Amino acid sequence: MTFKTQLASAIMLGLMGLSAQAGELTIESWRVDDKALWEEHIIPTFNKTHPDIKIKFAPTAPTEYNASLNTRLSGGTAGDLITCRPFDISLELFTKGQLTDLSQLEGIKNFSDVAKSAWQTDDGKATFCMPMASVIHGFFYNQDIFKELELAVPNTEEEFFAVLEKLKGSKYTPIALGTNDGWETHQTVYTNIGPNYWKGEEGRKQLVEKKAKLTDPQFVAPYTQMAKWSAYMGNGYQSQTYGDSQNLFALGRAAIYPGGSWDIAYFNTNAEGMKYGAFKPPVAKAGDKCYISDHTDIGMGINPASKNVKEAEAFLNWLASAEFAELYTNKVSGFFSLSNHSINVTDPVAAEMVSWRKQCDSTIRLNAQVLNRGKDDLETAFWNAGQAVVNVTAKPEEAAAKVQAILDK
Amino acid sequence: MTYSLKNVPWHILVFLLPGFVIYTLFSALPLLDTMILSFFRDSSLGREFIGLANYQHVLTDPNMSAEFWNALWNNVKFFLIHVFVQNPIGLLLAALLSLKDLRGARTYRTLIFMPTLLSVVIIGFIWQLILSPLWGVSTTIMGAVGLEGWFQPWLGKESSALITLALISVWQFVGIPMMLIYASLLAIPDELLDAAYVDGASPMRIFWQIKLPLILPTLGLVTILTFIGNFNAFDLIYAVKGALAGPNFSTDILGTYFYRTFFGFQSNLGSPTLGATVATLMFLIILAGVMVYFYIVQRRLHRYPM
Repeated sequence: MTFKTQLASAIMLGLMGLSAQAGELTIESWRVDDKALWEEHIIPTFNKTHPDIKIKFAPTAPTEYNASLNTRLSGGTAGDLITCRPFDISLELFTKGQLTDLSQLEGIKNFSDVAKSAWQTDDGKATFCMPMASVIHGFFYNQDIFKELELAVPNTEEEFFAVLEKLKGSKYTPIALGTNDGWETHQTVYTNIGPNYWKGEEGRKQLVEKKAKLTDPQFVAPYTQMAKWSAYMGNGYQSQTYGDSQNLFALGRAAIYPGGSWDIAYFNTNAEGMKYGAFKPPVAKAGDKCYISDHTDIGMGINPASKNVKEAEAFLNWLASAEFAELYTNKVSGFFSLSNHSINVTDPVAAEMVSWRKQCDSTIRLNAQVLNRGKDDLETAFWNAGQAVVNVTAKPEEAAAKVQAILDK
Repeated sequence: MTYSLKNVPWHILVFLLPGFVIYTLFSALPLLDTMILSFFRDSSLGREFIGLANYQHVLTDPNMSAEFWNALWNNVKFFLIHVFVQNPIGLLLAALLSLKDLRGARTYRTLIFMPTLLSVVIIGFIWQLILSPLWGVSTTIMGAVGLEGWFQPWLGKESSALITLALISVWQFVGIPMMLIYASLLAIPDELLDAAYVDGASPMRIFWQIKLPLILPTLGLVTILTFIGNFNAFDLIYAVKGALAGPNFSTDILGTYFYRTFFGFQSNLGSPTLGATVATLMFLIILAGVMVYFYIVQRRLHRYPM
């Protein structure tokens, strides 16, 4: 063998080493926070029954995920299993041929139509991601602070603002919320308190069918409430980040934290010993029907370019099993399995939140389905609107009108 | 004399070749490719030629053009703050450093130049912490001198976020104009200054009427470098405010606008062809600025032989 052929074969071997071995699956995900849970619990449990399939969990930061996943899919370097955002974002990947049709897969039978609807074509013929979990929005409160100041958990808006007013006189920050990052004001505030005003699915469908506008009272009212919040937020909230808010609540310096069930895992690991509970978005009058944002948030599909489709299908079928549902719901607290198996939720706060499903009607985030389609970024417009309202730089009506203008195009 | 292969200056060509090849491969061709890409559109049929439609979309679509002009205007403000804050301070520092009997000049020079060497991500993180209303030291420090009431969440307010970021950038990069001007101040021959001194010129007059005209070409160079740097800026804004450049796009400059267009953001999928259009527009803006400088400003600058 000459030196040249030696070198060439060495390079070839090196390249083969870089590419994944047969039977090894890589998972693309935005759940950076869950990396340890996947590596320590989920993958080992899967390997008990499938010892020959190796799995690597390779997450990207949430705000980068869509952009970088697109680049990797187009460039042919994406992993075998793709964690799916709900609705239009994944639908677009499917129409571009970057996700496989899973309709014939055995495990898909374990899910209800509502669960599947987040990852189906408009005609419902093809399902392209295995539903994994939903998240529920609500408010967290520090039980020690509430006990110290003799506050009761608010059920109505009036009670809610009475609690805030009392907290304002104390040494605690009433609401742990910042507007620096923007997205919280939309995803954890507007779509959290909003469904009570627009009557959940009813209002959302009217918006999708263009029978209602964002400038209608039921869609402006949440902004009007948000404008009143600024008086109860921490000093300098305009440059407070999401991480700052989480810290502020975890350190026991703030009493109420508007968020979602996905925060439970964070507080359980970073605020050990803090006693906290959850309450659902307050309704206008006592006895009003309540609505919660119960968002089908996360699913998983197969990259058609994968060389290990058989293994990937085996993994997805396991994702549909009762074993995974139990494991995911209780290990990744705050993500509720969407499968039909009945699961016992062990975390008290997560159990409280999931119990709201029985008392209230569920809806998904306002603009997740159909509305986001188009060249302009409706989601960003919503973030900016929420941010401007809470920063008191725009009136609720102006903010709503600005988003409606993009929706009208 | 006839031309023959012998007369070709081979050595010059050979010496130019590596630079020419590298520049062509990694700079000129990608630039050309970007420009070509901006005339296409991705559709289900593949890439199709659409002429100037992308430019029309960026410049006239109500939403895209509003963001584009906003980013451009913010970029102009970002640049003006650098020109009128960074460069005068750089000049002042250089003038002070070149004083003959300044003690510890080297230490000052190193300290002032230090932030330039740090990563922008670190700079952004440090300043975010310093200015944080929750954990930052600003409130404490301002409280010590009785100014606590003046503290504002500067990075979070629409009215002040861009100015704050520009000043952070000035703080970081002030070392570069200082060094360039300092070097050209040192290059002024002592005889000239001595002669002026003997003629009875005051130090102020020496600075304004002898030193300053001699370093004007350097000041011009510093300005044009600042212009190019600012209109290509991206990293500091991205590190501190993210690709959304909030609040309400108040810190959005062409770099972050390009990022969102090319790579996409959240539910907005990126478009390589529209991104190429924005990149080409940025290139044209910078080109126009540099041409104005070379054809109008630099021709009028008089270079004195020293």
